[in-house]
Amino acid sequence: MAGAVPYDSEQSAHGDSASGYDPNYVPDSVKSFVVHMYRQIREKNVYEIHQMYETSFQSISDRFFKDVPWPSVDAVATYVDNDHVFCLLYREMWFRHLYARLSPTLKQRIDSWDNYCNLFQVVLHGVVNMQLPNQWLWDMVDEFVYQFQSFCQYRAKMKNKTEQEIALLRQYDQAWNVYGVLNYLQALVEKSSIIQILEQEKEGLEQFTATDGYDYSGGSNVLKVLGYFSMIGLLRVHCLLGDYHTGLKCILPIDITQQGVYTSVIGSHITTIYHYGFANLMLRKYTEAIREFNKILLYIFKTKQYHQKSPQYEQILKKNEQMYALLAVTLSLCPQLKLVEETVNSQLREKYGEKMLRMQRFDDEAFALYDELFSYACPKFITPSAPSYDEPLVNYNQDAYRLQLKLFLYEVKQQQLLSGIRTFLNVYSTISLAKLASYMEVDEHTLRTVLMTYKHKMHSVNSDGKIVSNMDTNFYIDDDMVHVVESKAPKKYGDYFMRQIVKLEGIMTDIDRIKLE
Amino acid sequence: MGREMTNQKPQSEMSYTVEQLVSVNPYNPDILPDLENYVNEQVSSQTYSSNANLCLLRLYQFETERMSTQIVARILIKALMAMPAPDFSLCLFLIPERVQILKMRTEWVLVLWKGRGMTIGMQMEDQFKTLIVLSHYLETARFRQFWDEAAKSRHILEVVPGFEQAIQAYAIHVLSITYQKVPRSVLAEAINIEGLVLDKFIEHHITNSGWSIEKNQNKGQLIIFPHNEFNDPELKKSAADGIPLENITRILPILG
Repeated sequence: MAGAVPYDSEQSAHGDSASGYDPNYVPDSVKSFVVHMYRQIREKNVYEIHQMYETSFQSISDRFFKDVPWPSVDAVATYVDNDHVFCLLYREMWFRHLYARLSPTLKQRIDSWDNYCNLFQVVLHGVVNMQLPNQWLWDMVDEFVYQFQSFCQYRAKMKNKTEQEIALLRQYDQAWNVYGVLNYLQALVEKSSIIQILEQEKEGLEQFTATDGYDYSGGSNVLKVLGYFSMIGLLRVHCLLGDYHTGLKCILPIDITQQGVYTSVIGSHITTIYHYGFANLMLRKYTEAIREFNKILLYIFKTKQYHQKSPQYEQILKKNEQMYALLAVTLSLCPQLKLVEETVNSQLREKYGEKMLRMQRFDDEAFALYDELFSYACPKFITPSAPSYDEPLVNYNQDAYRLQLKLFLYEVKQQQLLSGIRTFLNVYSTISLAKLASYMEVDEHTLRTVLMTYKHKMHSVNSDGKIVSNMDTNFYIDDDMVHVVESKAPKKYGDYFMRQIVKLEGIMTDIDRIKLE
Repeated sequence: MGREMTNQKPQSEMSYTVEQLVSVNPYNPDILPDLENYVNEQVSSQTYSSNANLCLLRLYQFETERMSTQIVARILIKALMAMPAPDFSLCLFLIPERVQILKMRTEWVLVLWKGRGMTIGMQMEDQFKTLIVLSHYLETARFRQFWDEAAKSRHILEVVPGFEQAIQAYAIHVLSITYQKVPRSVLAEAINIEGLVLDKFIEHHITNSGWSIEKNQNKGQLIIFPHNEFNDPELKKSAADGIPLENITRILPILG
């Protein structure tokens, strides 16, 4: 634990002479906090719980626990009837605070794992009768995955581990075991039947999204919403492991083109789209990635002012910057500029305009830029397997990241000559292979392979096995002539008419209503 | 099921069970042997399951001591055969580098110790590298280099029946989204077939796949592919203006 500061009941913790953290000392504000929180949870006052969770917890932390942990759960248990579930919830917050402000020890990491196991088991057994705010339920899943990621990074730094630490790691090999993490998330998804609920909702047989996941018939939202957020948790874990395909499969039940429970919490919205976009980038589904990054970046631009006071603000800003970097990379590989909204485009130009120009040259400097942006924006990949504690102790926490980076740059290298082709295709409507080859300073045979590479790289295979085009500038070859196709955005008459029909219907309904009054 | 082969039924039962395992209980170290057997079954029955193979690679990633180089090589070859799907890349994302190197060295040492000599040891080490090179050639449509390298690596590839045909299908796919009309020589190089065999091949596709032929100015043969939305801009426009049925259902109550 970093730093220990003295405090007594009325002072805020600003003293600098260490006299030790006393886990049993409970300031009055903490006492009233837990008592009130406990009552609100029993009375299912979701709004109040949310206020206490988001605001009160933060302000008490800032005042008393800037760099020490909260009082131990044993110390506060007496004020809440020693309620088992409340204690699990309190410990969850306790550990989250610890990870955020201090550095957890190995023992603390293991204890936190135990707490999550207990908490999830209680939820999975269906004995929970609470309604908790979505923000909290999302934070649980998010933090669970984050602590797993943090543990893997920690474990992979074997170089300076003490004998004690290694012994503990060997002994508690189940803690933050990758199978355990995945199986808990999977169990939450299954036990909550969330996939079936979402299916039935489409047919109008269930209410879930309409109530933001809350249960207005006296039941509990905890299992259902945890199950829902666990799908996003699985997406995140699979991305950390480099398994993008499976990650995308995990959130297939969520329609990300629509609003949903995932948009009810800004953190979950951003995490979902960030990983969705990143996975699509790695699978060469460039158009899809661009579309989603564009949407979320516009959304953040419009709404970030409302989150300035929230504890998630910094994270929102960080992910925002990372997604601009990813968008810059994706657009350099697949310049579908018309998919990018004006506001987002101008922000992008400001941050990465120059770098994007240099990346599209595909020379050595360009590769360095791809490396830089990828490394800045990628998830913190992990090595899931336990180290062999007998081998010489080295740090291998960078291995997973290096592999993904290497494969990404490999892909970029394969697309090296495509940028040159694009330049010429934008100028000519027809051009013979011989002429194009001479302009590009390659022989005709090579040119044919490059044109085929272009076609192959700019098409992806979707989940149904169908070929989907990501082509910006389209062309086809007739014997030895290249015909360039102008890709005008097709006028979406159908969509336009439908929107107007619905709008008119809305107006007529409104007018009818006025007549009746 | 109306099949003549007597052992077909138990095979399809196995694939059904494995697919179930993968979708219901994928994060389970006990299914590893089943998945390995399934890879061998895919090879012998010329079927393919990308989900099951990714699941196995994931388990190998979690417990690197249990990884079998031979099985991974087969998975990689099967993935190559699935092109244009990006399965080969998906597999590479899941194979940790240091394991590749360690595993290969261990097997190399074991093979030498058993007195079988250097050549086989070297084959083990080069396997992954060769497959990556082959994938690179296919990804960049360098078919001539691909077939040259494939000929040199026959000993690695011949364990998986159907390899040649699968790659030829991929080559034709790439040609047909790029060309409306392709010279015979380009086709020949892409699918590694020449002369009379090529004539028969083209005839077969004229009958079954809608190909046709004509002569170009140099009196060479041109193969004409059927028009699709990728090699014919007109078709693409009409595809883009379509409206999915679900969107229409939203306004049916209004129209009705």
